[in-house]
Amino acid sequence: MWELIESNRHKSILLFIALGAVLFFSGYIFGRFYDYEYGGPIGVLIGLTLWLILSAISYFAGTKILLSMSGAKEVTKAVHPQLFNVVEEMKIAANLQHMPKIYIIDDPAPNAFAAGIKTENAVIAVTAGLLGKLNRDELQGVVAHEMAHIVNRDVLLMTFAGVTLGAITIVSEVFLRSVIYGGNSRYKSKSSEKGGQLQLIIMVAALVFAILAPIMARLLYLAVSRKREYLADASAVRLTRYPEGLASALEKISDSTYDLEKANSITAPMYIVNPLKKKGMKLSNLTSTHPPISERINILRAMQNGVHYPSYQSAFQFIRNSREKILPPTASLDRVPLVMKKPPIGWYAQQDDKKTKRTSGDLIMQLNDFSFIDCSCGIKIKIPPEYKHTNIICPKCSTKHELPAISKS
Amino acid sequence: MTAIIIILVIIAALALFLVSIYNSLIQLRNRVKNAWSQIDVQLKRRHDLIPNLIETVKGYMKHERELMENITKYRSQAMDAGSVGEKAKAESLLSGALGQLRVQIENYPDLKANQNFLALQEELTGTENRISFSRQAYNDQVLFFNNKIQMFPSNIVAGMFGFKEEEFFQIEDPKEKEVPKVSFS
Repeated sequence: MWELIESNRHKSILLFIALGAVLFFSGYIFGRFYDYEYGGPIGVLIGLTLWLILSAISYFAGTKILLSMSGAKEVTKAVHPQLFNVVEEMKIAANLQHMPKIYIIDDPAPNAFAAGIKTENAVIAVTAGLLGKLNRDELQGVVAHEMAHIVNRDVLLMTFAGVTLGAITIVSEVFLRSVIYGGNSRYKSKSSEKGGQLQLIIMVAALVFAILAPIMARLLYLAVSRKREYLADASAVRLTRYPEGLASALEKISDSTYDLEKANSITAPMYIVNPLKKKGMKLSNLTSTHPPISERINILRAMQNGVHYPSYQSAFQFIRNSREKILPPTASLDRVPLVMKKPPIGWYAQQDDKKTKRTSGDLIMQLNDFSFIDCSCGIKIKIPPEYKHTNIICPKCSTKHELPAISKS
Repeated sequence: MTAIIIILVIIAALALFLVSIYNSLIQLRNRVKNAWSQIDVQLKRRHDLIPNLIETVKGYMKHERELMENITKYRSQAMDAGSVGEKAKAESLLSGALGQLRVQIENYPDLKANQNFLALQEELTGTENRISFSRQAYNDQVLFFNNKIQMFPSNIVAGMFGFKEEEFFQIEDPKEKEVPKVSFS
């Protein structure tokens, strides 16, 4: 966990340099559009001032604004002892120094989010719908996911990335509107003296940039957001040592037909599942804050070599059928394959439906054209329909299995 | 002249680099210590909960007198234990006895319906989980610390200042590792 924070810092610095450069260049080129000679620095200054104001607001009041926008209320332990216990358990597992504050959102749509730029004043908010729907292990999976957002410093990263994105969007918007609706008298007066080809090029470039910059910045932001979701899932499993908890929670959440009432695009990346999209859709496109929920579930269920980061990584590659590295490079330092917990038999005897869940998981895979191969080492290899190769290597004992072509028909 | 300055700059950069590694080693070792003390905090929490549990359960479970007495006994043994070994032994006995109680409770439907007990049930689960997660967190911190000690370049600094690898927490009593097999049919 702590190793990852280090690499996160490098990652966030890269993201900021990229987004900051876009903002800087936007200001510069828009400024020159209006005043070819001296406008550049003024434009940059305007952009940076806007960024500073937005940053200050979100740094000092961001959490408060976010919580009040989502309609969350702080609760005491008496309201929901189990939620408090689960949060504290995850706080202990993450070796966090401070207990996050706990909020409940009165909404039947099952969802949860984390907030708080510093780990000292972190917040975990869950909806009433979530508490009603999930059993203890599933709740633990969700809380672990949110705890991972806090420990991995995703709140910090996504807040400032969001602020920079916001500044770029505002600057471009204002510029485009002023060009369309207000005449640019200054340019006209200057053009007669200075009118060179270069000036024309800059003007065209400014217009193109004003249209493209917000889109590019948003795509960058969303790509990072999705990566952080995968990482939070992997970290959650590492914290709970129990992937099925989170997997079945995600399944229950995606089954829900409610939509979260008070969610918006600013708060979206911090929720456990995207509150803005219709649930259950296969979203393989670039415009979502979250990876498709069915894929997240499949990855969690495909984790068979323990619950450490490399196991999540290989499950991801297996499900996606790609070589892509989804976790930060330092995740490979997590070398000990941690043992997955057994479905807990605790003081709650009634939670014995885990086995049926797993069989129903298999059933769902079957319905989705998955094929199964029983390996001699005892594990069951689940092969997604998109898998194109003619053979498959067992992730546990490395035996090579030939795939029968008929399984696809 | 310039050569001297260049050499000085290189030395300064190197020193800074070493200091930062040293500091991160110290930080990681402190986290290990902190995680270790968390285990004690959580065990203490369990001790505090036991009188409450016995009080609630006592009226219903007339036939389990011996088991209750054992729980009380192990609890005070664990609280009074001087050495780490004694403490670990008493704690694992306590865990075993609590596990037995958990099984026996299934024979008392009245107790299971009791409101106080339902609330207590959540607290007990929470406490047991806290203990196991604090052990897990300790082992995680030890893993990170040991990784750092083994890896280049921090292994050089660790060797220079005598940082030693920490030991993982292992549960001695195999019984405690095992999940009690219970069927509720």
